[in-house]
Amino acid sequence: MGKLSWSAIPFGQPIPMAASLFVVIAIMSTLSLVTFKGWWPYLWREWLTSVDHKRIGVMYVLLALVLLLRGFIDAIMMRSQLAIAAGGAPGYLAPEHYDQIFSAHGTIMIFFMAMPFMVGLMNFVVPLQLGVRDVAFPVLNAVSFWLTASGALLVNISLLVGEFARTGWLAYPPLSELQFSPGVGVDYYLWALEIAGVGTLLAGINLVTTILKVRAPGMLYMRMPVFCWTALASNLLIVAAFPILTATLGMLLLDRYVGMHFFTNDGGGNAMLYFNLIWAWGHPEVYILILPAFGVFTEVISTFAGKPIFGYRSMVLATMAIFILSFMVWLHHFFTMGAGANVNAFFGLTTMIIAVPTGVKIFNWLFTLFQGRIRFEVPLMWALGFMVTFVIGGMSGVLLAVPPADFVLHNSLFLVAHFHNVIIGGVLFGAMAGYNFWFPKAFGFTLDRRLGLVSFWCWLIGFYLAFIPLYILGLFGMTRRMQHYADTSWQPYLIVAEVGAIVILCGIITTILQLVVSIRSRASRRDLTGDPWNGRTLEWSTTSPPPAYNFAALPRVESLDAFWDMKRKGRLGPLDRYESIEMPTNSANGFITAFFAVIMGFALIWHIWWMAILGFVCAVLTLFAFGWSVRTEETISGEQLALAERARQRTVEPT
Amino acid sequence: MTVQAAATEFTDGSAQMTAADGAGPAPVRIVVAYGFWIFLLSDIIMFSALFATYAVLSGRTAGGPGPHELFELRNVAIETLCLLFSSYTCGLGLLAVEQRRMQYFYVAFGVTFALGLSFLGLELAEFSRMIAAGAGPSRSAFLSAFFSLVGLHGVHITVGLIWIVFITAQVAVRGPLDFVLRRLRCFSLFWHALDIIWVALLSLVYLMGAR
Repeated sequence: MGKLSWSAIPFGQPIPMAASLFVVIAIMSTLSLVTFKGWWPYLWREWLTSVDHKRIGVMYVLLALVLLLRGFIDAIMMRSQLAIAAGGAPGYLAPEHYDQIFSAHGTIMIFFMAMPFMVGLMNFVVPLQLGVRDVAFPVLNAVSFWLTASGALLVNISLLVGEFARTGWLAYPPLSELQFSPGVGVDYYLWALEIAGVGTLLAGINLVTTILKVRAPGMLYMRMPVFCWTALASNLLIVAAFPILTATLGMLLLDRYVGMHFFTNDGGGNAMLYFNLIWAWGHPEVYILILPAFGVFTEVISTFAGKPIFGYRSMVLATMAIFILSFMVWLHHFFTMGAGANVNAFFGLTTMIIAVPTGVKIFNWLFTLFQGRIRFEVPLMWALGFMVTFVIGGMSGVLLAVPPADFVLHNSLFLVAHFHNVIIGGVLFGAMAGYNFWFPKAFGFTLDRRLGLVSFWCWLIGFYLAFIPLYILGLFGMTRRMQHYADTSWQPYLIVAEVGAIVILCGIITTILQLVVSIRSRASRRDLTGDPWNGRTLEWSTTSPPPAYNFAALPRVESLDAFWDMKRKGRLGPLDRYESIEMPTNSANGFITAFFAVIMGFALIWHIWWMAILGFVCAVLTLFAFGWSVRTEETISGEQLALAERARQRTVEPT
Repeated sequence: MTVQAAATEFTDGSAQMTAADGAGPAPVRIVVAYGFWIFLLSDIIMFSALFATYAVLSGRTAGGPGPHELFELRNVAIETLCLLFSSYTCGLGLLAVEQRRMQYFYVAFGVTFALGLSFLGLELAEFSRMIAAGAGPSRSAFLSAFFSLVGLHGVHITVGLIWIVFITAQVAVRGPLDFVLRRLRCFSLFWHALDIIWVALLSLVYLMGAR
């Protein structure tokens, strides 16, 4: 069994043991509930083997919400540790455990919370907004999701079996090399990200092809909703950046597994090479996450202001400018490398320039709101909270882009506060806005407004309480990743930050509560029109939830805000006759490939070579089966479509 | 032609383009090839990360052998010829299958496979010669980068060889149906892309290294 033995399970350590027991019990009780209720056939047929972009999108978001909990538990453990570990106090987390927690927190929140959330929203919304029936490659889409889920599973297995990396979320060498991290922690990190990274790359290829080649008749580029533009930019970035991540982590794996010398201290290796490569992926990654969020805010603001977006062309231009510029700033993550004043000045300037298109967007949103008929629904509240918070985060970012200031603030809590400011205030607020905005479309009933507002205010206030103190502490000189500190004058700030984390916890609990309450009262909050917000884009022109085929007949797009235009011109009624359509049938390929990928990844982490070969061969055979198969499609006849459309019309206008 | 007429023609031309652009989802043939192109671009980006790494590490020999002591250009020239000719025969095979001249297709793809296999054999022989001489991938950063970059291309060639067998079997069993031809065209794109990467490898690694 390679390096695996009973000593891999941390029986002696109560905290990881309790945490992993909780996870095991939660998974076991879910599985037994599903078995007991006989839900397996339904789950297998409707979800696990589904190739419907809407189902896959929902599963992505569900994965993200579950891992938001895991990542947040890590966060509140760190905040509690630092609230008490002042002066001589050791706190309750040992250093080697604390190091694993901050590494897991960062890895999970970026790769398995923010990424699946954004990819899920794009998967669900983009084909609907483009007015088409699915993404370009539906089966590949399922493969992408299940590979992402495999990575998430591997990271969580490390809780019970073995350990996680103690290297921070980017596993910088030489610390992450075999010499200094001989355990399996870094291997868990590397294999989880390699597997999930392949999934993300395939998702990116799929959505780029969809947006560029699969659009409804009349959907010209300059008629695409802004969310589709930001999704295009984000997925182009995925295609251009994720291969770099795969290659870089691959080189670190070669260092660790076969003794190569890419990033080692000896043999001519160069650790700074890793820094450059990882940030050549890492900075575009930031924009992969934030651009779709910008798209969500654009849709939300335009809908709830009741106006078309101000400056559509400049919005598109700004998005594509950010797409290009995002590849030209990576060095600002390590100004202290010592590349020299000229190099640092170049990257400092490009970093400041990237704030310009972002500023353009902010003003466009403001002018859209200006003189609009504003409805303060939950998604708009998230958008407003974002605009204030993100501007603060952006300004601290421009401050960090000044190399001399960066030399002082580098590696301090100021930096930690800055990137949480933009990632929580930007990406997470965007994800929550999108979740509240499109939930009725996905499930056919709205989310509870009151609890949604409570959740929003908890998050907003909690965020400021938790991170403004970190800005101040960073200016005081407190560095990041400290398990305890000697200067007791820092403690009050860290206690305030702890309170902030607790307020955010209330926000998370209210989000769960909002979901539970809304499901229980769904009968009274049904959305029969398919258009609960008086929307502007095509996803609102079909039923909630949309049928598997999305649109009985592909809509003809004549302008920007296509659905608004149709409503204005009164072109909503059912057609006289419908063409029959063909939809792809289910496929277990994604699920099976991912299953073997987990086996292979786990075996490689623990050096169980026979099992790794077995997993690899089986995954390849699944691929062969996919490559050999004849794609089957089921036909939905025109009569069936006509019947369904007339039934829909009756619910929309109950005369 | 008057200015007026030219302007009208220009407007007409752009109107046609607009109609084509907004004509709805592209046919499957286009979508599949387009998606595969995007994949190939991402693959080339992965290679470019390794090229950049090689550029940084090529001088870091850690006291071990350097490029000019290790590379044999005669061997590399034969490898290059094998690969370029295999692309040519791959193209011939595709032309043959589109004209439904199946005998020619099988011959062309047989030759493609044989040439690819010869390339791989030569590369493996070069690798084993270097490892036997104490210049393996863990000797120095330069050799780590060299073996990874050239080896990744070799892995791609191996995948391509398996793919040739697989796709030829499909053509044999199913005949030249539309969806089989789509897969065949994807393979052909893949095989040609490997040539592009090899040309970069030849120039940046072997020719610049052997100076």
